[in-house]
Amino acid sequence: MNTAVHFTAASETIVWRIGMSFVAHLINGISLGSVYALIALGYTMVYGIAKMLNFAHGDVIMIGGYVVFVTVSGMGLNPLASIIISMAVCTVLGVTIERVAYRPLRGASPLAVLITAIGVSYFLQNVALLVFGSDTKAFTNVVTLPNLELFDGQLVIKSVTIVTVIVSIIIMVGLSLFVKKTKIGRAMTAVSEDKGAAQLMGINVNGTIAVTFAIGSSLAAVAGVLLCSAYPSLTPYTGSMPGIKAFVAAVFGGIGSIPGAFIGGILLGVIENLSKAYISSQLADAIVFSILIIVLLVKPTGLLGKKIQEKV
Amino acid sequence: MALLEVKNLGISFGGLRAVNAFNITIEKGQLYGLIGPNGAGKTTIFNLLTGVYQPDEGSIILDGVNVTGKRTIDICKAGIARTFQNIRLFGDMPVLDNVKVGLHNHYPYSTLEGILRLPRYFKVEKEMNERAMELLKVFGLEEYADYKAENLPYGQQRKLEIARAMATAPKLLLLDEPAAGMNPNETKELMDTIQFVRDHFDMTILLIEHDMKLVSGICEKLTVLNFGEVLAQGETQEVLNNPEVITAYLGE
Repeated sequence: MNTAVHFTAASETIVWRIGMSFVAHLINGISLGSVYALIALGYTMVYGIAKMLNFAHGDVIMIGGYVVFVTVSGMGLNPLASIIISMAVCTVLGVTIERVAYRPLRGASPLAVLITAIGVSYFLQNVALLVFGSDTKAFTNVVTLPNLELFDGQLVIKSVTIVTVIVSIIIMVGLSLFVKKTKIGRAMTAVSEDKGAAQLMGINVNGTIAVTFAIGSSLAAVAGVLLCSAYPSLTPYTGSMPGIKAFVAAVFGGIGSIPGAFIGGILLGVIENLSKAYISSQLADAIVFSILIIVLLVKPTGLLGKKIQEKV
Repeated sequence: MALLEVKNLGISFGGLRAVNAFNITIEKGQLYGLIGPNGAGKTTIFNLLTGVYQPDEGSIILDGVNVTGKRTIDICKAGIARTFQNIRLFGDMPVLDNVKVGLHNHYPYSTLEGILRLPRYFKVEKEMNERAMELLKVFGLEEYADYKAENLPYGQQRKLEIARAMATAPKLLLLDEPAAGMNPNETKELMDTIQFVRDHFDMTILLIEHDMKLVSGICEKLTVLNFGEVLAQGETQEVLNNPEVITAYLGE
């Protein structure tokens, strides 16, 4: 009798622990996914409006990370101020890339634009390599809040995790409102639907696309800071893998759709983290990309993508 | 002074002379028709007038201002608005928002004010909503304000395109085959709408149309285009009785 009670208590503890660790992995996955979502928003907005894939987007994240690294570790600035500087630098960078590299190719074949984007991506990586060197920089976590401990310390959630999720949700809601409810948002939607008609209604197409790049790039800066705070190492290649995964997230959710990018990002982060925890950390990326392939086979336009109707 | 004065307008695409020595003078408040067989260059002229194409030669003077060779958005700001032969609404957007896109340049607030939702954002958006609803009412579309534009019936979509064009506050309205694909009842209704727009807004209208009933019913003057050149020009009845015009349309 006595042993039986003991046994039940022990097995309950094990179940409880497994449950707790699952919750922890899930929350970390959501957090990683929120970063993917922020990056994916940049991909999806630019694709939706300019109909191009900005493969340099991931490297803007890396630049954003370096700006924070330099201003916090090098100049000793307040983290919040450094994030704002980083957003400003990335915004200018994004608009400059658009102006110099992409705008002259407006109306060129999509392939030419794609190659240019890849070129810009390598250019940014190599500039960073030249300026900062190839060694890994230890990034100081800019989120200095205490961690959240639940159930007597059995479940510890890092503050950066919580901040990441909250910031992403705020940005996502804000962005949706911005696109739906403001003049510039309407201009963006109009340009994405029909550039020619928008122009004939007096919409400045180039200006609208520039604003899109500005917003996407400033979000990339935020994503960069959050990413580097969660995984505190910074190299010139830091942005490329998250960039590609965020692109996957955007396609997964339905490229061009803002809620799609968010859902795609979160799902991708959760799948990646749970695969790492329960299947294999080496195979995690393979699993992520396999799921993308399966989703695209079943639903080629992504989870929330618009159905392309064929008129007969 | 005429509202629109086009002189010697011409454009070639490769070896094809699409429009040659095109002249037209439209007085303020006139309802003017541009007709001609398919491929005569009518839509090309609209594209030249709105800056979609740059003319090889000639000049376009709108209300005393030379708009030749200007960019599309500048021509829109100068006061030429248009509709399209194939409806080009922003189908995924609500009907109200389609009109609000047309209002874009007339209700200023900055992107930052929009992001931060400063008081001016709410004030200006409210004014835009009111103005857009007013326009929708004029066209009898107010009940559809929240519909997606692509879900409107065909005839209403045509009207919405006119409403959206009117939102840009033009001096000259260009209608590209407004009755295309309409049944006789819808066409009749459209004729009333066009006349109403002219009277209500004191608008000058240039329209391309194949429906001769519509053309002879509402246009005061006509220009007939054939192979990119003006075949006849003048009072509607006079032009329609011109033997050359009848030949161009019906063959020998």
